Amino acid sequence: MYSRMVLSRGYEERLAAAYMEGKTPLFNMANGPLPGEMHLSNGQEPCAVGVCAHLGADDVITATHRPHHIAIAKGVDLQAMTAEIFGKKAGLSGGRGGHMHIFDPKVNFACSGIIAQGMGPAAGAALARKLRGEPGVAVAFIGEGAANQGAFHEVMNIAALWKLPFVCVIEDNAWGVSVAKSQSTAVARNDVRAAAYGIPGVYVPGNDPYAIYAAAGEAIARARAGGGPTLIEIETWRLAGHFMGDVEGYRPAGEKEALFARDPIPAMRQRMIAEKTATAEDVVALEAEAKATLDEVFNFARAAAEPQPEEALEKVFV
Amino acid sequence: MAEPARRDNRRKRKLTIAKAISEAIAQEMERDSGVFVMGEDIAKLGGVFGNTQGLLDKFGPERVRDTPISETGFISMAVGAAAVGMRPLVELMFVDFFGVCMDAIYNLAAKQAYFSGGHVKCPMVLMTSVGGGYSDAGQHSQCLYGTFAHLPGMKVVIPSNAYDAKGLMTAAIRDDNPVIFMMHKNLQGMGWLGTAPGAIVDVPEDAYEVPLGKADIARPGKDITVVGLGATVHQALDAAETLAKDGIEAEVIDLRSLVPLDREAVLKSVRKTGRLLVVDDDYHSFGVSGEIIATVAEAGITLKSPPKRLAYPDIPIPFARPMEQFALPNAGKVATLIRQMFQE
Repeated sequence: MYSRMVLSRGYEERLAAAYMEGKTPLFNMANGPLPGEMHLSNGQEPCAVGVCAHLGADDVITATHRPHHIAIAKGVDLQAMTAEIFGKKAGLSGGRGGHMHIFDPKVNFACSGIIAQGMGPAAGAALARKLRGEPGVAVAFIGEGAANQGAFHEVMNIAALWKLPFVCVIEDNAWGVSVAKSQSTAVARNDVRAAAYGIPGVYVPGNDPYAIYAAAGEAIARARAGGGPTLIEIETWRLAGHFMGDVEGYRPAGEKEALFARDPIPAMRQRMIAEKTATAEDVVALEAEAKATLDEVFNFARAAAEPQPEEALEKVFV
Repeated sequence: MAEPARRDNRRKRKLTIAKAISEAIAQEMERDSGVFVMGEDIAKLGGVFGNTQGLLDKFGPERVRDTPISETGFISMAVGAAAVGMRPLVELMFVDFFGVCMDAIYNLAAKQAYFSGGHVKCPMVLMTSVGGGYSDAGQHSQCLYGTFAHLPGMKVVIPSNAYDAKGLMTAAIRDDNPVIFMMHKNLQGMGWLGTAPGAIVDVPEDAYEVPLGKADIARPGKDITVVGLGATVHQALDAAETLAKDGIEAEVIDLRSLVPLDREAVLKSVRKTGRLLVVDDDYHSFGVSGEIIATVAEAGITLKSPPKRLAYPDIPIPFARPMEQFALPNAGKVATLIRQMFQE
């Protein structure tokens, strides 16, 4: 779990640096090697690793517009994903999707740019597994803002009604772009909404990978055993803006500093060393390994060929 | 590949579109365990328009699933099931209801193949009913052909008779892409709503495909090309029958599908006749009629008279019978317009 968190953080640091190339001194989203919107997930890594530690390649995940940490935790092909984010032909979809549309069917990972859109596809995959009598669960990751979408309610109801092997994981980073959860949501915690569907609801405070691992393990085991869905809300924090270029004027003074002081990665490192589940040397080795992987991945993506423009006309139908 | 129906098994057996559709689905469910059906009132009731009659008894509640009134939920679930290898059919009871679930259709189902570089397929069929003329007002009577056909990534099919309905449905279920299958209520063959007699035709018992994207010449003629789809094919055929008595031989083209669109069939016909009329009960502007006329214009075919369209005016569909009938196309209006075209 720790190594994936470190990999994800390092990955996004490099993405962020590449994203800013060609965007200074005047920020223009259309410029540079990584154009378009860029939604970083740094700070939210515990949600991804704590859940995905219980999943295999056959298990299905749908993620959000902020997908990198979950993709990395799920084991998406990192070279092809990075090439996709750079808009290269060797990308997962040949450059058609970019960072909000990452599909890796080998590990059953998909994400989308529409809030709560992944709810249905995950529950549908869970239904398919059930109809086929195949093992495998499906997990939909959504943000706290997505719990106010109709799709969330519709799919939670059906998944509970049909006892699907499905888990909905809400990453509550407290902000829907600039609107605070307290200003958008009638309940303080979304796990209480599970009562509306007659299923277990769990709230995991503190952005704690250990607690997330425990809660997800219980929910996923229940889903695998035919016990139906669970709704988990995880308190997490977004250390970046909604997208790169967001000046975050909506945050109260001091909030960012306080969040950085509670960065989950150093916290986990300290705990591992304190509990002697890893040594300082282990940690250094893990970090070096992540760096080597990232060197390889980013070199590949940068060197990869651009798609031919006319390839835009292909793959509308299969 | 299309499988021609075996002649020796083609005994006289007239079916409604509803019965032809349910037969096609049942045969594909027998053939492929990945085919299943979800929607509102599709199990016990057999579908409000009868498309799934008898399926619950044959295949049971696991594969024939009544859903809550949650169109976004079950349509997007179909996409997820299709992504992992199933072949779901879902029913959106009236096309007018697309407003509550269009994201699942045009942003999710229609873009899955493209955004995955073709690595994740979306073999699903979305059945829906279209059309008015029976005073159901403007939230239960629209066609919206052009709306769906305008958005890339989904095939759009509109059968005009039971033979085509079965073959097109079989092809749609076997297709690896999302298919919007639009059935016109005036052709469906429900006990509670009148049906154009021409829609109820002989249907082979064997499974067969009518390929998507191939128009049908419903009636050959040399003087004018009349392009229609769904219910307007029958209006055009009735008008052609009347006009034949006056010596005008209209060729009626049934588009059968809008995506793919058989532009070549239209061009070939218009090159022969030199005249074009499009009849469409969808809204007049920015739709099917404009697209067909543009196709002919771009081909540079010299016409003997300006091309015309008879479409539903750009107004919501009213309830009162005189107002709705005033707005809808019908065979009489088609014949009148064609006569005018010959006087120009």
